[in-house]
Amino acid sequence: MTVPSPRPPTQAEIDKEIAELDGSRPGLAHPPRGYPPYRSSILRHPEQALVVVQDPEAVELTGPVFGVTDVSELDNDLTRRHHGEPLGERITVTGRVLDRAGRPVRGQLVEIWQANASGRYAHARDAHPAPLDPNFTGAGRCLTDGEGRYSFTTIKPGPYPWRNHVNAWRPAHIHFSLFGHAFTQRLVTQMYFPGDPLFDRDPILQSVTDQAARDRLVAAYDHDLSVPEWSLGYRWDIVLDGPAATWIEEGR
Amino acid sequence: MEPTRLQPTPSQTVGPFYGYALPFRGGGDLAAAGDPDAIIVRGTVYDGAGAPVPDALVEVWQAAPDGSLRGAPGSMRRDPVAGEAIGRTGIDFTGFARAATDADGHWHVRTLPPAPHRPGALPHLAVCVFARGLLHHLYTRIHLPEHAAALDAAPQFAALPPERRATLLAAAERPGVYRFDIRLQGGAGEETVFLDFA
Repeated sequence: MTVPSPRPPTQAEIDKEIAELDGSRPGLAHPPRGYPPYRSSILRHPEQALVVVQDPEAVELTGPVFGVTDVSELDNDLTRRHHGEPLGERITVTGRVLDRAGRPVRGQLVEIWQANASGRYAHARDAHPAPLDPNFTGAGRCLTDGEGRYSFTTIKPGPYPWRNHVNAWRPAHIHFSLFGHAFTQRLVTQMYFPGDPLFDRDPILQSVTDQAARDRLVAAYDHDLSVPEWSLGYRWDIVLDGPAATWIEEGR
Repeated sequence: MEPTRLQPTPSQTVGPFYGYALPFRGGGDLAAAGDPDAIIVRGTVYDGAGAPVPDALVEVWQAAPDGSLRGAPGSMRRDPVAGEAIGRTGIDFTGFARAATDADGHWHVRTLPPAPHRPGALPHLAVCVFARGLLHHLYTRIHLPEHAAALDAAPQFAALPPERRATLLAAAERPGVYRFDIRLQGGAGEETVFLDFA
């Protein structure tokens, strides 16, 4: 285990640690839970091997269900939650949620949260001295449709500083929380915007050490999704990992 | 024929700022208010230095008291007029709970004792843990003390040393209240056993 130095590391030191680990897990999608360049991971990951459960009838191969009572009409439009319009670049983000066999994940819950256009979260622990926006909270949810599609209207979040190292900045991102057919398919992740110059310097994105896997966290700008005189469109498809009981498909 | 295998979307940490998005009113109250069978399962999430983790999120999925794993919608029921979370109806058992840790790392859920989902199954609460600093969520299981002998006899945990297996067992604090601490990192006898379903 890497012991962090008592003074905060510089960006150059973090860059070097990132470079040493880059490509070290070819083909593996998920980040290692212990990834020293992301300092907060050092004490928050197990050191014992995970115990493999091989039970085709495990409880975890099923999962919670959600329905129309769990979301309200405006929940997928983060720009209409207050009396006024939020500041920033209005965007629509849409895509499909699929399982690894390519089947749509239908009627399941997608939750998002994000910073405002200035890079500030509506959260008391966010001490970044960027302005709060009284017309933007930054949380939304929706159910996937019959083709596994989700859609949100929001504003493009700003990048923001954090204290992993000196001059650490997170690339702009939207947090996503997803449910599949099974509890084993649960996913919490972050969607990034194409071409962000902060990608290479961010230990959270770079914790995914496989370039192809990292690229799957970046949405595509899609001009066909842009609405004339209204919003810019981004497309981001999500593939949930993990096994699921096949029988559950029939009943839902 | 081998089905298509799409490459999965990678996990990323839940970060520190999910607090206004993911927790919801009554999120930990799986049991209806006043249900005489309700139990409380509570604990603290600790890091590898033994410090409580104030920014973790604990989710529970479990069988209904009749053993059903079908679940029910309505865990996050919304008022269709104002859009506010208004809690479960208390009529159907949704099977799903979500509890954020408090400033002292403590979480709790109020639920009904899990039932076997098939004859002979070992009843448990399935748990998924998220936290700032945790890049990929972790699964574990909570077994109640009355199933301690069955847990010891369970084939899938037979290879574990007894002190590791014991981390999957809640302790009775008083009637109806059980303690289950989650240690994200620690020695072999301390760190919670986490599960992989791959």
